[in-house]
Amino acid sequence: MTGFWRAIFAAGFFSNPEVQNALWLGGVIAVVSGAIGVFTVLRGQSFAGHAMSDMGAAGAAGALLAGGTAIAGFLSFSVVAGASVDLLGVRPRDRDVATGLVLTAVLGLGSLFLFFDTRIVGAPEIILFGSLFTSDPGLTPWLSALGAAVLLALAIVFRPLVFISLSPDTALARGVPVRAVGFAFMLLLALAVGESSLVVGSLLSTSLLIGPASAALRVTARLRHAIPIAAVLGLLATWLGILLAYDSFYWPPYGRGWPVSFFITGLVLAIHLLSRLWPPAARYGSTTAQRTARIGG
Amino acid sequence: MLPVTASLSLYKRNYYTLQEDHWHAMICIVIITLLCVTCIYQRSKGLEKVETMFMTTTLHSGDEILALQKVSVRFGQRTVLSEIDLSIRGGEFIGLIGPNGAGKSTLLKILLGLLSPSAGSVRVLGSAVRRGSAVIGYVPQKIHLDPGTPLTGRDLVGLGLDGHRFGFALGGRHRRERIDEALRSVDAIALAQSPVGRLSGGEQQRLLIAQALLTDPKILLLDEPLSNLDIKSAREVVRLVARISRERGVTVMLVAHDMNPLLDVMDRIVYLAHGHAAIGSVAAVVQSDVLSGLYGYPVEVLRTKNRILVVGGQDTELEDWNLAGEEHCDGGVTVS
Repeated sequence: MTGFWRAIFAAGFFSNPEVQNALWLGGVIAVVSGAIGVFTVLRGQSFAGHAMSDMGAAGAAGALLAGGTAIAGFLSFSVVAGASVDLLGVRPRDRDVATGLVLTAVLGLGSLFLFFDTRIVGAPEIILFGSLFTSDPGLTPWLSALGAAVLLALAIVFRPLVFISLSPDTALARGVPVRAVGFAFMLLLALAVGESSLVVGSLLSTSLLIGPASAALRVTARLRHAIPIAAVLGLLATWLGILLAYDSFYWPPYGRGWPVSFFITGLVLAIHLLSRLWPPAARYGSTTAQRTARIGG
Repeated sequence: MLPVTASLSLYKRNYYTLQEDHWHAMICIVIITLLCVTCIYQRSKGLEKVETMFMTTTLHSGDEILALQKVSVRFGQRTVLSEIDLSIRGGEFIGLIGPNGAGKSTLLKILLGLLSPSAGSVRVLGSAVRRGSAVIGYVPQKIHLDPGTPLTGRDLVGLGLDGHRFGFALGGRHRRERIDEALRSVDAIALAQSPVGRLSGGEQQRLLIAQALLTDPKILLLDEPLSNLDIKSAREVVRLVARISRERGVTVMLVAHDMNPLLDVMDRIVYLAHGHAAIGSVAAVVQSDVLSGLYGYPVEVLRTKNRILVVGGQDTELEDWNLAGEEHCDGGVTVS
């Protein structure tokens, strides 16, 4: 039995400080992304979320060029991107066009930053594909606090957010500040995306954002259940990914661990595909059966 | 030998260590402070609303509940409503009828406080209109609920009670009872646990009416509630709304472009065309000369045994109620 566990949790997995840090930080980000992701999927803003992470990448490149930290660039650019996307377009079509144009312009800027930044070897790789194991442990408390703040804020805007996502007209008539709540959600999305870009890289952060959320929404018909389910699925993918990345050090080519982002995004895709197999009837529990019985009888 | 050695070499090169991370703290503190302030502010506002909600207005049916005086709306050069005068009494069932683009939705927006008229005054229960007022219940036009919408009937209806409130949901028995009561009043208690996206148009419409009833409004505004329904569901919705209006003494203003399904429940009709309005009994308003005056060109009103057709005098602006009316040829309606 011990041999079995040792084969899975390679020597030093739990005692390694980098791994501990990665497990904690990855966990925080998986939970935050999962919760925010449910609303992102519900509101049809997956593209906006992805665009923010790409723009965050440009920000990270800029921050590294200026001698700062990647996370500073990720967060600031994501937030600015989220704000501008929200302010530029109200209707879905405007929003997509605005998002696409702002996105490409900012990415162009990012390429310029990377062009000038010749001091850091492998900077583009870290920015685009993540650096969970190399994240500064000193940052972890701040990132955790930020994650907690995002979750708290989400809880506070929860009901108006559901209302405006479902029927903006009624929400407006009932006195909900529709634009303000939408804008607040955009900022929360930006912060969640900025954080997760640090873990799995900006190109792949969309995976943690919408993968577990979409799977959760397939498994349950209750919003209040979807959020914890998404968080748990995200956590599962992240922790399993970290474990596999750690173990992969002993896989060929020996002596080089495989990138953790590869495992996390692969697992998220697997979770999503599995959720598609979930029978629609199971999603509604006994309700459908009751309704059918009522109609039939 | 650590598996992360390769990546650690990057870490050791100090690119990720943070020298001055005060701004992280700043962000967190600013966010949390802002949230607390909003939370407390909304709480106090929310409580005030609850009080209004339960405030018993001494209202006798027959009292004037809605009053519009010379209300005009202009968007640039275009006049959408011109000098509308309306006086509506408590408990009345009003059909707001008119062709597309006549200004029906604009009129509702004014009553909801979403739009200020360019001229004229609007009084609801004697005071100026206020957005978010609990006095008015509203069911919007063509709400689209995706089949995957992760809410149950009870969740959807509950939004009418506290969907506008920030902060943490305080559930409890009282909230549940009020939602159940609203569900019962639209005969939808069996839909409480059903995912709303899977319900039929008529069932969704009933839930939305329940949602609008939760604040115990004195006025119920329904924007084209019959537009996407088949004849049977449309008739059920009309009967339901009429019953609610009678039992609760709620003033109903129901927008439709076809008056026929409403003929036996309407107390009065507000006919809107080209920004002008006429109000009165169906018999008085739906007359060739009255409608011709509204439209500004001759229109013909045809009365058959159980329905009314309005036929335009000009082909370009022909009202095709003769076509729309075809669907509602369901008898039982008499026109005095």
